[in-house]
Amino acid sequence: MSWITQTFSSTIGRKLLVAASGLFLIIFLIGHVSGNFLLFKDDGGQAFNEYTQFMTTNQLVQVVRWLTYISILTHIIVTIILTIHNKKARPVGYAEAHPSANSTWSSRNMGLLGTLIAVFLVIHLGNFWYKMKVGEVPLVTYESEGTLRDLYSVVLFSFSNLWYVILYVVMMIFLALHLAHGFRSAFQTLGWRHKKYTPIIEKVGLAFAIIVPLLFAIMPVYIYIITR
Amino acid sequence: MNLTLKVWRQKNPSDKGGFKTYKVNDISEHMSFLEMMDVLNEQLAVAGEEPVHFDHDCREGICGSCSMYINGRAHGPQKLTATCQLHMRHFNDGETITIEPWRARAFPVVKDLVVDRSAFDRIIQSGGYVSVNTGGVPDANEIPVPKQIADEAFSSAECISCGACVAACKNASAMLFVSAKVSQLALLPQGKVERKSRVERMVAQMDIEGFGSCTNTGACTAECPKGISQENIARINREYYNAKFTSDNV
Ligand code: HEM
Ligand code: FES
Repeated sequence: MSWITQTFSSTIGRKLLVAASGLFLIIFLIGHVSGNFLLFKDDGGQAFNEYTQFMTTNQLVQVVRWLTYISILTHIIVTIILTIHNKKARPVGYAEAHPSANSTWSSRNMGLLGTLIAVFLVIHLGNFWYKMKVGEVPLVTYESEGTLRDLYSVVLFSFSNLWYVILYVVMMIFLALHLAHGFRSAFQTLGWRHKKYTPIIEKVGLAFAIIVPLLFAIMPVYIYIITR
Repeated sequence: MNLTLKVWRQKNPSDKGGFKTYKVNDISEHMSFLEMMDVLNEQLAVAGEEPVHFDHDCREGICGSCSMYINGRAHGPQKLTATCQLHMRHFNDGETITIEPWRARAFPVVKDLVVDRSAFDRIIQSGGYVSVNTGGVPDANEIPVPKQIADEAFSSAECISCGACVAACKNASAMLFVSAKVSQLALLPQGKVERKSRVERMVAQMDIEGFGSCTNTGACTAECPKGISQENIARINREYYNAKFTSDNV
């Protein structure tokens, strides 16, 4: 075994992959939520569609796109391996246990929360990403920009369905819980712990875990209301 | 006080085991938990039953032998307290107390509440020492160690290797133990010489023993009778990456 495979088959080395991919996904979330803010612009979706056009054609964005695919796959594969390994480390459980006395619920249920997020991702990507890829998106013509793919209309159509709105809102709660532990945990895994910065990281992490999923959750609710 | 005890009984490693319920009466609130267990065992001996086996040695919170999972908590409900230092005044008259062994694949049950913690010994054997020749006792001021660093190393060295961190962790991870042992040596001049190969070998052995990985839940520190800090886990992560990416061991 070379030192590289040795490193990444150790528990600590694997956690390095989880933390690095998790932090990359956190950065991705910032970009994703900012871009989607254009949904709130009252221009019939033109700004949003122009942004979509930019995101699917700009070369640099394609690099980031592939980094995101790699991150999510790495994150999912490695966390599944670790979670199975961790379950095996205690074949016989306790008859009586009070884990809430020593740790938070989200920190103990990252696997469950992650699985729910993964299920959501499949639905979410199937709805928007897949339609963009196979071209099941109608076209729209703007005087200034010419003909673009009208993803905005797909978004409007999806979120006029109440069940879809509820699904998205609930899933954002799971994302919030995943981030509430994940954000700070990633820094600890990377060994970035310091008397000065750790309290700040913990506060920023908590704020991030509340604000970003909340902003995401507002979008389907807003669209639902304007399509009524 | 009068108590009902639900105790894990298991004849040997291959026995399935199960709970047995016992009553103990007139327990003084000043007794330690182990003294209460002694009362139970005397009672069992008189009745001609086999006493409950449990590990203990110093009974003053320094050897790390005692290891009971009491009412769903490693070393019971009291913070910063090993089972031997836990007093019966923290329980109520008439209470039912559940007593289980540490549960981890790497800590197989030997008998009743006794588990085999030699996995910890093997981790120490893999690198938890200083093997370079450090000479005789140097003059006190010859190797300057700042007070802050000395204190930090000492707080890591407080670990008594009881295994409560493994018992409390949802992943049965030994990261707090291993990180404390790596830290206490990595912080000091004599230990720095071998710091890279030490952390590489100890982590490799930790994984071989079948302990889980760290999810940073913090349960270990919360249940540790010595309050070994999460700082150690951040440090072992740093030490490990540094060693893996810069050591000469290919
Ligand atoms: C936008 C999506 C996601 C983000 C931003 C994210 C972020 C994070 C972060 C920052 C961590 C902490 C890493 C560490 O402890 O070092 C983490 C841990 C974890 N994630 Fe995710 N994650 C996402 C999606 C997922 C998915 C889809 C899964 C499904 C398998 C998943 C499963 C886990 C698990 C099991 C852990 C805990 C691993 C451990 O510490 O043992 N995550 N995540
Ligand atoms: S018996 Fe020595 S620490 Fe409890």
